[in-house]
Amino acid sequence: MHLIKPNTNIDFMGKRYIAFGLSAVMIILGLAMLVVRGGPNYGVDFNGGLMIQIKLPSQQDPSKIREALQPLNLHEGEIQRLGEEGESTYLIKVGHSEDYNTSTLHEDIGKVLKTSFGEGSEVQRLEMVGPKVGKDLREKALLMIFYTILIIAIYISGRFEQKWTMSIVMTVCLVIAVLIGTSFGAGVTWLIMIALVISIAFCWVLRLKYAMGAILSLVHDVAITVGAFALTNREVTLTVVAAILTLIGYSLNDTIIVYDRIRENLRNASSKRDMKEIMNRSVNQTLSRTILTSGTVFVTAAALYFLGGVVIHDFAFALLIGVVTGTYSSIYIASPLLLLYEGKPEKRSKK
Amino acid sequence: MSKNIGLRSAIYAILTIVALIYLVPTFSKELPSWWKILPTEKVKLGLDLQGGMQLVMEVDSAKALELELERVADEIKEELRNEKIKYSDIKRNESNGIDLILLSDQDLSSFEKLKSSMYSEYDMSKGEKTADGQLVHMNMKQTAVQSLLTSSTEQAVETIRNRIDQFGVSEPTITTQQDNRILIQLPGVKDPDRAINLIGKTAQLEFKLVDEANSLEEAQKGNIPAGDQILYHSEIDAKTGHSEKTPYLLKKRTSLTGSYITDAKVKVDSYGAYTVTMDFNKKGSKLFESLTGANIGKRLAIVLDDNVYSAPVIKDKISGSASISGSFTADEANDLRIVLKAGALPADVKILEQRTVGASLGKDSINQGIKAMIVGTAIVVLFMIIYYGFSGVIANVALILNTVFIMAGLAAFGATLTLPGLAGIILLIGMAVDTNVLIFERMREELRIGKTLRMALETGYEKTTWTIIDTHVTTILSGLVLLQFGTGPVKGFAVTLIIGLLANFLTAVFITRVIFDYLIIERNWKKISI
Repeated sequence: MHLIKPNTNIDFMGKRYIAFGLSAVMIILGLAMLVVRGGPNYGVDFNGGLMIQIKLPSQQDPSKIREALQPLNLHEGEIQRLGEEGESTYLIKVGHSEDYNTSTLHEDIGKVLKTSFGEGSEVQRLEMVGPKVGKDLREKALLMIFYTILIIAIYISGRFEQKWTMSIVMTVCLVIAVLIGTSFGAGVTWLIMIALVISIAFCWVLRLKYAMGAILSLVHDVAITVGAFALTNREVTLTVVAAILTLIGYSLNDTIIVYDRIRENLRNASSKRDMKEIMNRSVNQTLSRTILTSGTVFVTAAALYFLGGVVIHDFAFALLIGVVTGTYSSIYIASPLLLLYEGKPEKRSKK
Repeated sequence: MSKNIGLRSAIYAILTIVALIYLVPTFSKELPSWWKILPTEKVKLGLDLQGGMQLVMEVDSAKALELELERVADEIKEELRNEKIKYSDIKRNESNGIDLILLSDQDLSSFEKLKSSMYSEYDMSKGEKTADGQLVHMNMKQTAVQSLLTSSTEQAVETIRNRIDQFGVSEPTITTQQDNRILIQLPGVKDPDRAINLIGKTAQLEFKLVDEANSLEEAQKGNIPAGDQILYHSEIDAKTGHSEKTPYLLKKRTSLTGSYITDAKVKVDSYGAYTVTMDFNKKGSKLFESLTGANIGKRLAIVLDDNVYSAPVIKDKISGSASISGSFTADEANDLRIVLKAGALPADVKILEQRTVGASLGKDSINQGIKAMIVGTAIVVLFMIIYYGFSGVIANVALILNTVFIMAGLAAFGATLTLPGLAGIILLIGMAVDTNVLIFERMREELRIGKTLRMALETGYEKTTWTIIDTHVTTILSGLVLLQFGTGPVKGFAVTLIIGLLANFLTAVFITRVIFDYLIIERNWKKISI
């Protein structure tokens, strides 16, 4: 059976400006949404505060629940019903404050619910993160992102270009820049920016076009996923960050496979080669694999999203979005980026 | 590569059998007794899957320091009296130290001797000289402050561990995190509220004399006599639910602390009321004896964490043991017994982070995860068979072996399966077939340009190997970062991801290859549906 006919030849490269435009619109939309909402919707992991999942014997109006919790001095919180129609599970989110007694909180909530809604009320999950820990976890998450980008940038510039010395030089530069940055007290967000700018500039100047294409398409995927979270007002938690980082690895898979094919085709091509044609051919040759495996990963992620339960919902959502953008970017973004160098005189010495 | 099919098959068969052996303890209810020679480790479930509680607590370091300085100030007072050094004042100062005023130069030189022999962890400096005498600062050295904080955290960990051991939780984790934080994981704990109460209680037990000479009413108006304090006995009225507070005017000086307790027991009297009795060690026994002997007829308050439990009148000289009575429930009495026996925390602890998952929610998560896994796997497996025919079946064998190896790997490394980890396994099912799709697509291409099946097999595997290595390495790299910086559930996810990718390399590249080799070389198949 074939999904994509052999010898399919879709002109992906010809549509690259449409694709770039579309991506730009999506990223700008996501970023605009982020700005409108005043930054990512951090979950309790990062912001500190309380998240309580409760199960009641019957459905209740959120205002009733709020009323019941009144005596506990919880801050004004959001209350949201979870699950399918007819279920009576609720998620309560409360900002951090010093007003409630942390050591008896679980007990207190349980008692209050039982008095108001009767036996069968239960606290299923309680997550309390103090502001100090929240800050630490935020820092940790950013560091995770930073090191992932760093390691991957080094790996692909070495592997794709077969220039391990270059990649070692780049590593040294990055480490120095980061050390200087930290000594000036730059936050982790800035370090990520610095690392990104340096790696891209490095790749640009040294014409490490594969590495640059891969890094840019990763940034593209992460930006769109984060934008999708802002658009749907979903919470960014520690597990969501883990999902995004996994996607960085996965999206790179696709890119690597297409790039490997491009290089293989370039080696076999005659000296009078048409870059655009070779790229189109490579993308088409790997197209059925790209679609197939994105399809299987998408199916499993969808199974998680629809069947995996509320706790894992946002994690699965990040995976779903990431698989789609990862596939799209390896076809429409990563490969066309290599064409940016076309039309520029190639230095003979670099051959 | 295409030789030694027999040897390769044997190796993979052995690996599979080993993996299956590792899985037996997880999936069987009871192991036969002879199984002991084989691995008995089960796949551990994370807190989010089996329910339980995770706490991050912080030892109040300022308080620990304060307590230590107070203790040392008392000790110095004692020493000054013994050495007959005259002083007019001794008190804690603002810079981690103690200030004292010595009357004469002779007192100062005697004190300097005392200081150099006993208080080497303090820096001594002279302040101004007034009519009262010579002011002396004794400030704790920075290194001493640091080691005090470290040791108080260690002591807190030790105390909490003792309490939890007594409480009875299987496989608790209690470790120090950076600085003065303590991470506590109690998987499967049935009653998280009781556990928090037990862990978080400072349990500073003090015996203080009631000040009978001064009037409580006067003190409540604000005229608290020097060296006294008001503490309350609070009790919740069982009928009305209101808490009632009874004030006591007590001597500030603590006559005896709970640090001399060697054992504590719960007793039920003939009325069914619970009493907790405690035994002192030799030194405590002696102190208690002289304390009670010298104060017959007075009241002695038993104070736990600034709450007066009771203040019985001392009728006679008592030695050896004391008891606390109150309106306890059986659980409360037992918890009190545990904290008294395990000892006090060096200072108050604060909960910085708490994650509690009910057992029922954990069970739901497992069931939903398994449902998602079954549906996801079914679709992928069906798809592979429809799309690749017999080759798809081979890929499915690899896929199923892959899941077996992941679970076995988790058991063998003693890793914990968390909810994101379970999600990772499901996701890996989708990702695992990627390797085979990559190889099969390549083989199809080679067949299309007219190569024989054997040649296509050869080039198909050969040309994709580096790509497959790359894809695995990049994902493993991001997994390693997650492992390094992640906490709890995320760490579980990272472990699963890494084990899964390694297993995938084994199953999808090597094991499928040996099956193909066997069919094409040994059995001489000329055609295979792909």
